[in-house]
Amino acid sequence: MGLLAHFQKWLTENGVPHWASYVVPALAGIIVALLFLFAMIIVFIYLERRGLGRFQIRPGPNRAGPFGILQAFADFIKVLTKEDITPTAADMPVHFLAPVVAFFSAIMILAVIPIQRNAFITNLNIGILYVSAISSLGVIAIFMAGFGSCNKYSLIAAMRGVAQLISYEVPVLLAIAGVLLISGSLAMRDIVSSQNIPFILLQPLGFLIFFAGVASELNRSPFDLMEAESEIITGYHIEYSGMKFALFYLGEYGHMVVASAVMTTLYLSGWKGPVLPAALWFIIKMILVFLVFLWLRATMPRIRVDQLMSLAWKFLLPLGLLNLFITAAEVLWQDNMGWKQFPWPFVFLNLGLAAIFIIIGSKLLFKTGGGRVEV
Amino acid sequence: MKFERYGRGMAKGMALTFKHLLRHPITTQYPEQKLTVSRRFRGYELVWYEDKCTGCATCAKSCPQGNIEIVTVEEGDHYKVLKFEVDTGRCMACGLCVEACPYQALYMGRGYERARYRRREVVLTKEDLKPSPERQPSGYANPEVEAQLPEQTLLVYRK
Repeated sequence: MGLLAHFQKWLTENGVPHWASYVVPALAGIIVALLFLFAMIIVFIYLERRGLGRFQIRPGPNRAGPFGILQAFADFIKVLTKEDITPTAADMPVHFLAPVVAFFSAIMILAVIPIQRNAFITNLNIGILYVSAISSLGVIAIFMAGFGSCNKYSLIAAMRGVAQLISYEVPVLLAIAGVLLISGSLAMRDIVSSQNIPFILLQPLGFLIFFAGVASELNRSPFDLMEAESEIITGYHIEYSGMKFALFYLGEYGHMVVASAVMTTLYLSGWKGPVLPAALWFIIKMILVFLVFLWLRATMPRIRVDQLMSLAWKFLLPLGLLNLFITAAEVLWQDNMGWKQFPWPFVFLNLGLAAIFIIIGSKLLFKTGGGRVEV
Repeated sequence: MKFERYGRGMAKGMALTFKHLLRHPITTQYPEQKLTVSRRFRGYELVWYEDKCTGCATCAKSCPQGNIEIVTVEEGDHYKVLKFEVDTGRCMACGLCVEACPYQALYMGRGYERARYRRREVVLTKEDLKPSPERQPSGYANPEVEAQLPEQTLLVYRK
């Protein structure tokens, strides 16, 4: 039973009206989720700007407050006071609703993420299915923005975004299926509970596929084709200014936060860890995942559209299928081998298989480099 | 068939960016930190030597903008300069006044910070233009000054 359910029980026992004992915990859950999300977004924005600065041998924003920690707040005030422009030809309601959809899908995912054993809003028994369904809503927001803006660049960005999401959702779900086979549950809390060792060790290939797919769905740097500044001038939010732009910005980092949280839950054994409190472990792991994303952003140049598509369909999809097949075979095998007691043979087997598959896959499946464009 | 394209380039790139992460930032944060400018740097300011100036006003005549204002009085066998004002707000640092001066009383300086908060502060008077530790003549295109300077190669460097 989660903290909210305890709160609801406590309210009922203390003579609060029946309807209020449902409304009050719901509101409390929404507020707590929003506060957590905002706090993590501010931490992530700070890390992103300062960290990217250090990667590029410059100090990063360091004027607002000590070490620039107030920079995000200063930007927020600036963006609040700016004029909110809607293009004359824009589809008014769609243009208005797009930033809202972009942000609220991030909050909705947070409802099923267990930050601690009992700290979650709801322990949905189809948790990971819910996460993958809601995270796809983000691209609807992008399509709404791109289509409603009545701007050719934002429309190109929206079409790219949709194509990218459709392509990368398949390998991501295949990678998730590997985790589900081992854990035997769709509920996020049970996935964490079943991780005696982090699943990143048991599923190294699955983790890499998941990581690449999530980076693509989040429009992180090697795959940030829909906000490519050099081609389509920041893409879908080209016609947005003021608070609507800020909501897109918050939504982008909000999705970043929940993606890090989902990755922590699925592959890095969630809140589990020695010495430190469980919630702190969860946040530390989230920040570590984000730092890897940041490191990739500081290193990788943007890839072409055809490279993006061939990476998804020719490389990640076959490898995802293979990974699923091997995981299923190992799970069937586990009764004889004593999986839960001795996972280490499987760890080394899977690491070796991952290396072999990546090398073979890069030789046989994925040939798009060398300046050649394959249609 | 070469053994390539399996992610080694990516690992190399990430190792390189990680090395950059450990470096000290190379940014000079200007108003607080300043680069040391070479003494051969031709700045945007004038240096005026009162003892060499005869008040002939050749500089004032040569100035395309008419920025220089000179008032002199006759005092025995020479002229005394009462007023020597340069409106640096309009000065474009062309250096024609320095070239025109027949007595080497005017030099281009080394400084580059001409901005002021008030409009009246950009009109520099006799006292402002005199040489001081901060306001020294530049060695650029000026063999007499250049010969006195120690040898150095860098135009701009950090201390």
